[in-house]
Amino acid sequence: MNNNASPPRIYILNGVALLGLLALTIVASYLNLGVLNSIVTASISVASATLILLFYMHVRRSKPLLWFFVGAGFFWLGIMFVLALSDFLTRRWR
Amino acid sequence: MLSKSPTVPHQFDDAGQQREAATMGMWVFIATEILFFGGMFLGYAVYRCAYPEAFAEASRHTLILFGGTNAAVLLISSTTMAFAVRAARENRRWQLVLFLLLTASLGCLFLVIKGFEYSKEISERLLPGPSFHIAAAQPAKEEMFFYIYWLMTGIHALHVTIGIFLILIFAARACFTNAFVNRDTPVDLLGLYWHFVDIVWVFLFPLLYLVDRHS
Repeated sequence: MNNNASPPRIYILNGVALLGLLALTIVASYLNLGVLNSIVTASISVASATLILLFYMHVRRSKPLLWFFVGAGFFWLGIMFVLALSDFLTRRWR
Repeated sequence: MLSKSPTVPHQFDDAGQQREAATMGMWVFIATEILFFGGMFLGYAVYRCAYPEAFAEASRHTLILFGGTNAAVLLISSTTMAFAVRAARENRRWQLVLFLLLTASLGCLFLVIKGFEYSKEISERLLPGPSFHIAAAQPAKEEMFFYIYWLMTGIHALHVTIGIFLILIFAARACFTNAFVNRDTPVDLLGLYWHFVDIVWVFLFPLLYLVDRHS
């Protein structure tokens, strides 16, 4: 009846991938990568969250209107961060 | 769109449209939660930009074994929740009950581990307040990190607790009533909530525990 249930294999693979990313982010944090440390950590968090959104929260198989609703929350979050941090983000330009 | 349920409220064309409306409503709620946690993440970002060294030093005092284990526990619980949602869709009542109880147990395990972590931190005098003590050059700035740590993990733990109660109520209803027979949308929405709480931890864990582990 529903078009967006996934086969069990997908859920298991997704779980394994998420645990792998968790291990990766812990290992990466113990290596001295300089400025890259923050970038690597942030990228892994975003990747993990994306996997959860797409496969566990079934956004991948949802209609475009739902993508719009999902995106809206993160879009407002982005506006809040960019405007609030505009000073910190632009200080080096002076 | 096939509809198993014969009764659809009159404002909907069919069961599919009803499900879409409910899912969208849940996402609107999650958007408010994103902004709720977002405010705290923003506070964290501002203080970390202002006191980068103090945050790096304070983060090394967090207990990574507890935090890391809890991250794994929550990720596994998201997997079991995904299976619960799937069981509901396929109308497998006992599988649904089993996976809901598994998810709730993992949620409880998270809280128990968090409790041991909190008590260890209190004994190490890392709870902000009169007894706070940290051997550092700028204790007040490191105390700020721990204010944010306790606030964010506390509110996250509250969300986990609410989630566990909801899951147990759903499990009891699935067990003793026909509430979810041919009607899986509520379980689907509960799953969205639980996965969202997991996503918050996916960001909280590295920001609190992994700021500067290598030096």
